[in-house]
Amino acid sequence: MANALSLTRRAALVAGFGAAGYLVANATSITQNPAMARIFDGVEDWTRIAQRTLQSTNGLAPEYRPADISPVFKANGTLNPNTDAYNAHVASNFQNWRLTIKGMVRNPMSLSTADIHRLPAKSQITKHDCVEGWTAIGMWTGVPLGLLLTAAGVSPKARYVVFRCADNLTGEPAKGGEQSPGQYYESIAIDDAFHPQTLIAYALNGQPLDVQHGAPLRLRVERQLGYKQAKYIESIELTDSFASIAGGKGGYWEDRGYEWYAGI
Amino acid sequence: MASIDADSLHGNPREPSAESPTQEIIYRHSSAVRWTHWVNVLCILFLLGSGLNIFNAHPRLYWGQSGADSDHAILSISAVDRPDGVHGLTQVGPWQFDTTGVLGWSKTNGEYQARGWPSWLTIPSFQDLADARHWHILFAWILVFNGLLYLLYGFYARHLQRDIWPTIKDLRGIPSSIVDHVKLKHPVGEEAKRYNVLQRLAYLGVIILIALMVLTGLTMSPGFNAIFPYTLDLFGGRQSARTIHFLSATLIVLFVFVHVAEVFLAGPLNEIRSMLTGYYRVPAHDAGHGPDTTEEKNG
Repeated sequence: MANALSLTRRAALVAGFGAAGYLVANATSITQNPAMARIFDGVEDWTRIAQRTLQSTNGLAPEYRPADISPVFKANGTLNPNTDAYNAHVASNFQNWRLTIKGMVRNPMSLSTADIHRLPAKSQITKHDCVEGWTAIGMWTGVPLGLLLTAAGVSPKARYVVFRCADNLTGEPAKGGEQSPGQYYESIAIDDAFHPQTLIAYALNGQPLDVQHGAPLRLRVERQLGYKQAKYIESIELTDSFASIAGGKGGYWEDRGYEWYAGI
Repeated sequence: MASIDADSLHGNPREPSAESPTQEIIYRHSSAVRWTHWVNVLCILFLLGSGLNIFNAHPRLYWGQSGADSDHAILSISAVDRPDGVHGLTQVGPWQFDTTGVLGWSKTNGEYQARGWPSWLTIPSFQDLADARHWHILFAWILVFNGLLYLLYGFYARHLQRDIWPTIKDLRGIPSSIVDHVKLKHPVGEEAKRYNVLQRLAYLGVIILIALMVLTGLTMSPGFNAIFPYTLDLFGGRQSARTIHFLSATLIVLFVFVHVAEVFLAGPLNEIRSMLTGYYRVPAHDAGHGPDTTEEKNG
């Protein structure tokens, strides 16, 4: 059969299989190679653009019946920030907790939990999809983030909403173990912030949010994975770039290799 | 039927080669089929390896809309500390197996570690969900485009209709085809120019399994759920979809084992060469010779 293949085609075949074999044999060592990182970033952009194109801006995440609520809603990540300041807030039932809204807004605000409880509330039963693979369903009650942002008057130049949290995290066994410690933070796109299901939540299943689930305030951004649902929120900052914050990737887990667009 | 069948696998008889004047050589696999086949091989290797690494982040499977640590698992892999040391345990439904050394508790770089699947099966070999997801999503996209190319070509060129889709006559031949396979009797002559019914069903099955992998994979994506929530209903929830994703992957692994075994049994040089060059040497009617006798001449 030697005549079936010209020498150049044979060489191309050997080169192709050689390259594929190299890729398979060295997948582990090139995983964190900068060239691969660029390819993976490109794939993330591609996924985001594909999903954003097919989602309508206000396309809803599915909602569930009360009967679907998980008996135990698994808590993950930080289960208790356990700092002196946070413990004092727990002792005083978060009466002195302040949520500040700042950055590219006309009216920076500082709200108490009581202020937030007085605003129009929304409840929704949604599923929480952890990047690790598990799912929990719960009923969240809170104030739509869009309402707060409208009151604050967002500058048209703002592109992202950054959430800063009271917890310092040092990793998680299921996500590959110890990580460098860092203050938890997250960021979402403006469109997601104004999405009707995006809440600053203060209750889970009709009960005030407990410490392990992010008391007193946490984010619900229902079309993305669990690590986006920042807990223990202290401030909301409107910005046009998160490049200068912490590792510059827009979130605690993003700085440690996870995708900023967490829709998949 | 014989003339149609010969056409169906592009029975373009070539000049018999000088080395074996009696052998008929046909152009069996079009370049589209060959390319998509090998791209698919690479995708499936990476998707399986990275998928097992992702699975290790939560080595438990559930049925239904939701499922986490406190919910009933239909499959779980765990490491359990016992007086005589740590054991890897694998639970499947009501059964439990000690899988120390392979599942649950195995060595990474010479040191025992609690991990679902062992490091020699996962991509990357070390446990890291973020890195595994990068590989998984990269090759998932390649798999999707490669699969679409294959299906478009397959319909357009009637490869799917003629070569893959079994006829009624094919289906009636299932029992005798099973007997032939068990006896390791491989078709010769005209019969070897077309896929037999078990081949057709296996290839059709693997096409369906890959489609199922893509759909159940997408069903686990909250962004996709907001685009097309119906697959959640179809599969019975995100956790059911995850379980079906795992089961389909298992069946694909089973297919690969059988497929590769059949390649070796039917004559590896001729079979692999046909998927590289397209040309296939039709095994002759000479009953005294096994399918590999031609290989020796060329070996």
